[in-house]
Amino acid sequence: MAEFFHMGGYAAFVWPSYGLAALVFIGVIWQSLADLRAQKRLVDKLETRRRNRKPEDGA
Amino acid sequence: MGRAIAALIARDLRLAVRAGGGGGMAVFFFLITVSVVAVGVGPNLSLLAQIAPGILWVALLLSSLLTLERLFQADLEDGTLDLLAMGPLPLEAIAAAKAFSHWLTTGLPLLVAAPLLGLLLNLPVNVFPPLILSMAIGTPALSFLGAIGAALTVGVRRGGLLASLLVVPFYVPVLIFGVGAADEAISGAPPGVMLQALSLLGAVTLASLVIGPVAAAAGLRAALK
Amino acid sequence: MLTASQRLQAFANPTRFMALSGRLVAPLGVLTAAVMAVGLYFALFASPPDYQQGETVRIMYIHVPSAWLSLFVYSVMAVASGVALVFRHPIADVCAKAAAPIGAAFTFLALVTGSLWGEPMWGTWWVWDARLTSVLILFFIYLGYMALRATIDDPHAATRPAAVLALVGFVNVPIIHYSVNWWNTLHQPASVFRIDGPTVASSMLVPLMTLAVGFTLFFVVMLLVRMRAEVLRRRVRAMSLRRAEG
Repeated sequence: MAEFFHMGGYAAFVWPSYGLAALVFIGVIWQSLADLRAQKRLVDKLETRRRNRKPEDGA
Repeated sequence: MGRAIAALIARDLRLAVRAGGGGGMAVFFFLITVSVVAVGVGPNLSLLAQIAPGILWVALLLSSLLTLERLFQADLEDGTLDLLAMGPLPLEAIAAAKAFSHWLTTGLPLLVAAPLLGLLLNLPVNVFPPLILSMAIGTPALSFLGAIGAALTVGVRRGGLLASLLVVPFYVPVLIFGVGAADEAISGAPPGVMLQALSLLGAVTLASLVIGPVAAAAGLRAALK
Repeated sequence: MLTASQRLQAFANPTRFMALSGRLVAPLGVLTAAVMAVGLYFALFASPPDYQQGETVRIMYIHVPSAWLSLFVYSVMAVASGVALVFRHPIADVCAKAAAPIGAAFTFLALVTGSLWGEPMWGTWWVWDARLTSVLILFFIYLGYMALRATIDDPHAATRPAAVLALVGFVNVPIIHYSVNWWNTLHQPASVFRIDGPTVASSMLVPLMTLAVGFTLFFVVMLLVRMRAEVLRRRVRAMSLRRAEG
């Protein structure tokens, strides 16, 4: 196991590569999902407000 | 149509002269950049001679960026561009004419100043001809590619800075082949490689003469709507 | 002015897109995770170290797919931009905008992993190698595209300039690559490094290809998510503008 983490002496280069890849992937996922959720919330808010404001329009 | 283009170019030249000339500012910037780089690198003349073509080309490239912002902006703001777009000339021709005037008022003065700055950098005598030749061939590409960035950012806040950021990556081939021609002369290589660099630079310039006006016109159309 | 049918079409397309993409995201996400897990297993455990590069070959399993994706995503962006420019298809514009940050992320990853591989192999963090240099310039083009998008608030006003920039970049990337290659062979001392030395062993091919597929799937899923967010953002914008008008 220690040998695996040692990476033949190249641990300082191999693990940062995978770590950075993980960070970038998680970053993209997190930012995209957070944005989607925020936009969904905005749409919901605007739609309920519109429904509440003019029920007499019937539209 | 030819007369209309000539009239447009003549108008731009008159405006540039009357407004003190963006070209003068560009040349001043060119001079200052080269001096500052020389001070930063140090007074070692043999080192300066070696990197002079690179310094001169980079400073030239940065100087030509300076005047990009005004390429279309003034004409958009005062409505001239709308009038021109309604006139007989296609927008592509208008963009080409304006890019050509930009070269006349910026590229050409820089080209004239370059040999003097070469002296400051201890550029070897035999490198002057290929360097000036490469600049003569390459500077039109800077104006025509620059027109794309200017057109895309014409209605944008802080458009000049953004135009520079967009355009510089597209300047890379011009820089490489331009410096390449002069570098060959410095290292004393046979003229074959130099001719190759110059002809490749010519190809890039020819391509930019086509791509530039077409893309710039497409960008202007969006701004005019 | 838009005609009524055009307006309907512009509205219908995003709606259909939202319905379809909503059904696709979750299953594709699961598939992506599975392929990535298999790829990582092969990349880290089930493949031998290279006889020349040793364990550093494992960096290639991240680096090479990232570099491929950086170009692939740009191609997607360019095609979408062309469609947006010619056919005025709103979803194509949304697609180009949503793809750019993902492409920039892959390009960044390719650059940094290339650097992390270069230090033990070439003895330096950065080489003005033809590939690294042209990938760096591609990264700048991505950033420029994103900056242009960020400075124009109205998404409809941004469509044309952004599409033109993406297409000009698409024409230019091969020219830039060629020029950098030419420059590189001129300046690089031949002794530093030869990339065409070892041929790719089949033990390397399995993790490489699996992760390339995983990265592509990841791009597709994230593209869909980002496109959904962008469609909603435009809807929010249209709704608030309508409300502001009264």
